[in-house]
Amino acid sequence: MSSAEIDVTDQQLDQSRLGGFTYDPAPESASVARLASAYGLFIDGAFSDPGAHEQFETLNPATARPLATVAHGSSEDVDRAVAAARRAFPAWSSMPGSARAKYLFRIARLIQERARELAVVETLDNGKPIRESRDIDVPLAAAYFFYYAGWADKLDYAGFGPSPQPLGVAGQIIPWNFPLLMAAWKLAPALAAGNTCVLKPAETTPLSALVLADILTQADLPAGVVNIVTGDGATGAALVAHPGVDKIAFTGSTEVGRLIQQRLGERGTHLTLELGGKGANIVFEDAPIDEMVEGVIDGIFFNQGHVCCAGSRLLVQESIADEVVRRVLRRVEQLRVGDPLDKNTDVGAINSAAQLARIEELTEAGEAEGATRHTSACALPNEGYWFAPTVFTDVAQSHRIAREEIFGPVLSVLTFRTPEEAVAKANNTTYGLACGVWSEKGSRTLWVAQRLRAGVIWANTYNRFDPTSPFGGMRESGFGREGGRHGLEAYLDV
Amino acid sequence: MDEVTTTPLRSVGATSAVRFAAHGSGPRIESEVELRSVLASLSGVDAVGLEARAAKLATRSIKRSSKLAALDLAIAMVDLTTLEGADTPGRVASLCAKAARPDPRNHEVPSVAAVCVYPDLVATAKRALGDAPVAVASVATAFPSGRASLAMKLADVAEARSAGADEIDMVIDRGAFLAGRLGQVFDEIVAVKAACGPAHLKVILETGELVTYDNVRRASWLAMLAGADFIKTSTGKVPAASTPPVALVMLEAARDFAESTGRVVGVKLAGGIRSAKDAIRYLVLVNETAGTAWLTPERFRFGASSLLNDLLMQRLKQQRGAYVRVDEFSGD
Amino acid sequence: MSDRIDVRKTYKLVVKGAFVRSESGRSYEVTDATGAFWANVAQASRKDLREAVVAARGAQRSWWAMTAYNRGQVLYRLAEMAEARRAELAEHVAVAEGIDPVVASDAVARGIDRIVWYAGWTDKVAQVLGGANPVAGPYFNFSLPVPCGVVGVIAPTDSSFEGFVDAVLAPLATGNTVVALASETRPTPAVLLGEMSATADLPGGVLNVLTGRRDELAPVLCEHEDVDGVDLDGADETVGALASLAAGSIKRVLRPRSSAGDGDVRRLRAFVETSTVWHTIGQ
Repeated sequence: MSSAEIDVTDQQLDQSRLGGFTYDPAPESASVARLASAYGLFIDGAFSDPGAHEQFETLNPATARPLATVAHGSSEDVDRAVAAARRAFPAWSSMPGSARAKYLFRIARLIQERARELAVVETLDNGKPIRESRDIDVPLAAAYFFYYAGWADKLDYAGFGPSPQPLGVAGQIIPWNFPLLMAAWKLAPALAAGNTCVLKPAETTPLSALVLADILTQADLPAGVVNIVTGDGATGAALVAHPGVDKIAFTGSTEVGRLIQQRLGERGTHLTLELGGKGANIVFEDAPIDEMVEGVIDGIFFNQGHVCCAGSRLLVQESIADEVVRRVLRRVEQLRVGDPLDKNTDVGAINSAAQLARIEELTEAGEAEGATRHTSACALPNEGYWFAPTVFTDVAQSHRIAREEIFGPVLSVLTFRTPEEAVAKANNTTYGLACGVWSEKGSRTLWVAQRLRAGVIWANTYNRFDPTSPFGGMRESGFGREGGRHGLEAYLDV
Repeated sequence: MDEVTTTPLRSVGATSAVRFAAHGSGPRIESEVELRSVLASLSGVDAVGLEARAAKLATRSIKRSSKLAALDLAIAMVDLTTLEGADTPGRVASLCAKAARPDPRNHEVPSVAAVCVYPDLVATAKRALGDAPVAVASVATAFPSGRASLAMKLADVAEARSAGADEIDMVIDRGAFLAGRLGQVFDEIVAVKAACGPAHLKVILETGELVTYDNVRRASWLAMLAGADFIKTSTGKVPAASTPPVALVMLEAARDFAESTGRVVGVKLAGGIRSAKDAIRYLVLVNETAGTAWLTPERFRFGASSLLNDLLMQRLKQQRGAYVRVDEFSGD
Repeated sequence: MSDRIDVRKTYKLVVKGAFVRSESGRSYEVTDATGAFWANVAQASRKDLREAVVAARGAQRSWWAMTAYNRGQVLYRLAEMAEARRAELAEHVAVAEGIDPVVASDAVARGIDRIVWYAGWTDKVAQVLGGANPVAGPYFNFSLPVPCGVVGVIAPTDSSFEGFVDAVLAPLATGNTVVALASETRPTPAVLLGEMSATADLPGGVLNVLTGRRDELAPVLCEHEDVDGVDLDGADETVGALASLAAGSIKRVLRPRSSAGDGDVRRLRAFVETSTVWHTIGQ
C-alpha cells in the first residue's frame, strides 16, 4: 500500500490534536513541599511565633483551597525588620567581599539541593506548571545567587570607581508571578554589594520565600542580613514609608510603582522600579516560521502570561498574517492546560480570583470593541482559577487589549506592512520593557532593534533570562536593571 | 531498465511558482528553476529554537497505560535492520523470526513493520517471513554512499524488486545536493521511484552529511516533490544520525507538505535509536508536530536493531512492575 | 574709556535653533552681584516650555541617528565656539557670580575643557557602559546604552557656566536632546552657550535654553509626560517636590550630589537606558 493513497482529513491535518496518543497524568507529589500549617515572620535570623501575628491564608490557585496561613506583617513588624537589618549592616558591609561571596555561594548550592521541594512549593502556591518551576524558576534562582556571589569580592572592577559602597538597608517588594526567582533577583545583587535586606513577598505567593528563609538559616547567614516580612499592600506601604530604609526595589504594576516614586520623591530614597509592559513580538515574512510560532506561544503563554515582559502583542507582516494566525491557533489548541503539578502541563492556573477577574474584564472589552476572539477548546478544571488560552485577531491599535497590560494568557494580533510601521506600532505604548523580532535577515533585525524602545529585545527567541544579562524597562516600564554588572548599580552608592 | 522513464528537468523555463492543487496528486515540478524557487521559498530554520523545542518536548512524562500503548506502537513501527558485510542467510532468517513474533510468549506483542536488508538477502527474508504481516525493505542505490552511476543504482533497485522487496530505501546523492545540483538529485529520485513500481520508496537524506537544518528541510521537500513515500534520516553508517531536532524538521516538512499538496509522506528515523525512552520521545515529537495522522506504521518508522529488545524489556517491566534482565529476549 | 555708545544685546530664548522672545512677551530684569541692572532676559512661559519639548522630541531621533563620531565633532565644535568667545563668557560669569575676572576666566576655561571632555565621550560611552554578556546558552547577547530621549535640566543656581555645561553636555553626549532651564538669577552665560550651539552645527532642537522663573517652569518641566528624565541640580529646596512630580510618568531623576568629581561618569549614566539584545547563534 502506498501512503499516497491514504487520505488524511482536513481535520486531522488542521487540528493535529493529542487524541491518538493521550498522556496519562504524571503528577509530581505535593507532599514534597513539606509545608507547615502556619508561618511566622523571618526577622533577625529567626522565625517568629505564628500565633503572634494576624494570619491570612495563601491558596492553591489550582484548587482555590488553602495551603497554609502566613503572618500579616504590621508596621511594627516592618519596624523590627528594618531595625534588625540596620543592626546587621555594619558587620555585613565591612566583611571582606570574599566572605559575603561564600554565603551567597552556599545559598546557591542550597537552592540546588532543595530544588525539587522549591519547585513544588512554587507550583502549589503560584499555579505555574511544575515543568516551568522545575526547569526555569528554581535553576535560575540558584544561578542568580551563584553569579552575584562572584561579584561580592570584585566590586572594584564593576566600573563604578574604586571601593563602591553599599546603600544600607534595602526594602524589596516582589510580585507573585515568579516568587522565588524575583526574591533571588533582588537579594543576590543587594547582598553581594554589602546591603542588608527586608524582603516583602507578594500576598498570594509567600511560601517559597519562607522556604528560602530556612535555606538562609542553613547557610548560617548572619542574623538580620535578610529579613522576610509577609503581608499585603499595607505591609509593603509600611516598608516604603519607613525612614530607616535607604533603598526601595519594587517589581509590580506601573500604578503602584508610580505611587512609590511619588512618595519617595521628597525623601530621596534610592529607587529602582520594574513595572508593567505590553511587549510586541514582531514577525517578518522571512521569519523562521516553526521556531517563530513556538516563540510566540512561549512569549504569551509562558507562566499563563503572568509575565511583565510577555509578548502580548503579535505584530505580524500582513503578507503572512493568515498563515501565521492559522499556525498559532493550531498550536494554541495543542497546549495542555490543567493540573500545574502534572509534568506534562503547559499552562497552569491563574494566580488569583482578582487576576482572573481582570483578565475576564479585558477580554470582554476586546470582544465588545470588535476584535475576533479565538479561545482554546481545552477543558478547564471545575475548581480553582482558570482561563483558557485566547487569541484575538482583528485588533486595532486603539483597542484596550492592544494597549493595557492583561497579564494573562491572551494574545492580540495586529499587522504591519513595512519595518518602519512595525517599529512605530511596537513603540506606540507608554511601556518599554521587551520586544521580539523574528527574521532571518540580520541587517533588518538590527535596524529594528536599534529603533525599538525596549530594555530587552529578543531576536528569534523570546522570554530568555540569564543572570549575566541586564533586565529592565524604559519609560513607564520602570528604571534600573536587574542582572549582570548593570544590576549592581541599583545597590551601590554611585 | 527499459520501463524506467526519467524526465530530466529543464534548466531554464517556467519560473512561475508551483501551484499546489489543494488535494490533488501532488505538485508537478517542470524545471530546475521551478524546483529551486520552491525550495528557496521554504522558511529558514533557527537552530536554537528548533533544538529548544525538541528539548522541551523531551521532558514529556509518559507513564502507565499511555507508556504501554506507546511501546506497542513503537514495536509496530520498527524496521528491524541488519546491514552488515557479515550478514548471512542464517542471520537474516533469525531476524525475520524475531520480526514476525518479537515476544514468542506473548501474542499481544505486535509484529514489527518490516525487516530491512541488502538486496541480495531480500529473497531469503521473503522466504523466512512467509505469510507474516511484515514487509521486506531493501536498501538500494549503492547504499550507503550513493556513489555510483544512475544505471548501477537502478540495477540495484531492480534486483531488490525482482527478489520481492516491498519497500526500497534509497540514498540521495549528497555530493550532488551539496554541490547545488538539485535537479540531478531530484531526477534520480524520480527515476528510482519509477523503478520501484508499487514498492514503497523511502528516501534517505543522510542528514548527518547535510549538516544544517536548512539543508534537511530543503532535502526533505525535494524528496517529497520527487515522489518519495517516506523521507528517512540516515543510513546508520555515519556518526551523526537521527537526532530529535532533525526528526522535528522532517516531521514539520511532512506536515506542511501534506497541508499544501494533500499528499501524506511518511517519516523514518534510523541510526542511533537504541532505547525505548528515545523511541517514546520521538513518538511525542510525532504526536505534537505532525499529529496523530502520522502515529501509524504506515507513516512513521524506526530503523533499528537493538531498539526492539529494549522496547520489549520496558514492555515487560510495565507489566511485571519490576525491572527485567536483557536475557529475557533473544539477541537478534 | 571710549565715548562710544555700545550696542547692547537682547537676550532671547534658544528654541529649535532659533532665538526667540517669549511668546508671552514677558521679560525680567537680571542684576549683577551688586544688584545693579545687567540685562533684561526673556521670561519663558509654560507654552514656550511646551514648544521647547516639542523641538527636543523632534530633534532627538536624528541627533541619536548621527554617528557617535559625528556627535563628538559637533560638541567639540561647540568648545571651539566657546573658546573664541572666552573673554565674553568670562565677563558674563564675573558679573553674574560677582567674582574676580581672573577667577571667572578660570571657571570658563574649565567649562570649555569640560565640553571637550564630553565631546570625547560620545563614541566611548557604549564601550564603557555596554558590552557583551556571556549568557548560559547559544545566544549572542549584548547591552548598549541608548539615550532616554528628552532630558529636562534645571541648571545649577550658582555655577552659571561651568555647572550649566556639566548638566547639559552629559545628556547631549549620550544622545539625548535637552530642554535646559538656566539659572534664574544668573542666566546670561547659559544663553550665550545656547547661541554658540547654533554656530556649532548642533541641529535645531537638540539644545533648547529657557530663561525665566524656576518656580513657574520647573514643575511644568517635571510633570511634562513627554520628558523622559530630569536633572534637578538647580532645584535646591524644591528637589523633593519636583522629584515627586516626575513620578507621574516614571521619569528618570538625577538628584543633586556634592561628591561628584572631575572624572565622574554619573551624569553620563543618569540618562541612558540599557538596551539588551539577544540573538540566537546557530548554523
